[in-house]
Amino acid sequence: MTQANYLDGNAAAGALSEFFAVDITAAVGQCNGCGRTGVFAEARLYVDAPGLVARCAGCDGVLLRVVTTTNDTYLDLRGLTYLRISNSPG
Amino acid sequence: MGIVSSGFTGRRGGGKDLPPGQYLTHEFPVLSAGPTPHILTDHWEFTVTTESGEKYKWDWAALMALPSEEITKDIHCVTRWSKLQTTWKGVSLDTLLADVETGADFAMAHSYGGYTTNVPLDDLLDGQSWIAYEYDGEPLDPEHGGPARLLVPHLYFWKSAKWVRGLVLSDTEDLGFWETAGYHEYGDPWKEQRYAGD
Repeated sequence: MTQANYLDGNAAAGALSEFFAVDITAAVGQCNGCGRTGVFAEARLYVDAPGLVARCAGCDGVLLRVVTTTNDTYLDLRGLTYLRISNSPG
Repeated sequence: MGIVSSGFTGRRGGGKDLPPGQYLTHEFPVLSAGPTPHILTDHWEFTVTTESGEKYKWDWAALMALPSEEITKDIHCVTRWSKLQTTWKGVSLDTLLADVETGADFAMAHSYGGYTTNVPLDDLLDGQSWIAYEYDGEPLDPEHGGPARLLVPHLYFWKSAKWVRGLVLSDTEDLGFWETAGYHEYGDPWKEQRYAGD
């Protein structure tokens, strides 16, 4: 058996708070690859890499990437069909 | 295992062998942007697709039948660790591409698991790159890209695609997995080409 080499999506909260005023880990996202829908916290997060990569818990497709360079941060959301964020606080 | 100690960041023993901004490690850190594919050699295949769509394929037995080379090279990861005098065994891309008819300038390496990285074809030739299947005298471990990985040690190590399954040759330069997300299109560690625009 090999050890899982990912974290759950909650671990992305810090990095994503740089972009979003709301806690994105509670948002519901749809995978653009397999169509699976779930809260972002269920995503599999790979952090031992040149950037942060969140993958779908269903198909392992890339949902989101964050790369921080010297002057900019790249946010790639093409793997998400949508993110549904509640308008209701708390 | 596989995580370099944060306390070991000195340049002891590195000196002129370390590109700018790199530190020396004696570990072999494992970086992964996804799950580790476990590819049996019975199922392994390597395909070169030319710009005209012609395909050249090797299975594991065909790869093993080609002349191999012992390789000793320094490797440099864009996350700033360098490891010196690493030893590998593999087949030179000069050997694999010897009979491939192409006038392409660029190659995209494709891996099991979906990873991609772009490399100019000239950087894969003239003794500069290999399909490596042994590390330090042992079969290449899956977490390090086994059964076989691309080895292009003169560029940052993200170019040395783990679990490589093919090259697609092209007249135009497309960008790979990290290159589309802000990393440098070429990645020369001696010029510290980490990010786009460096």
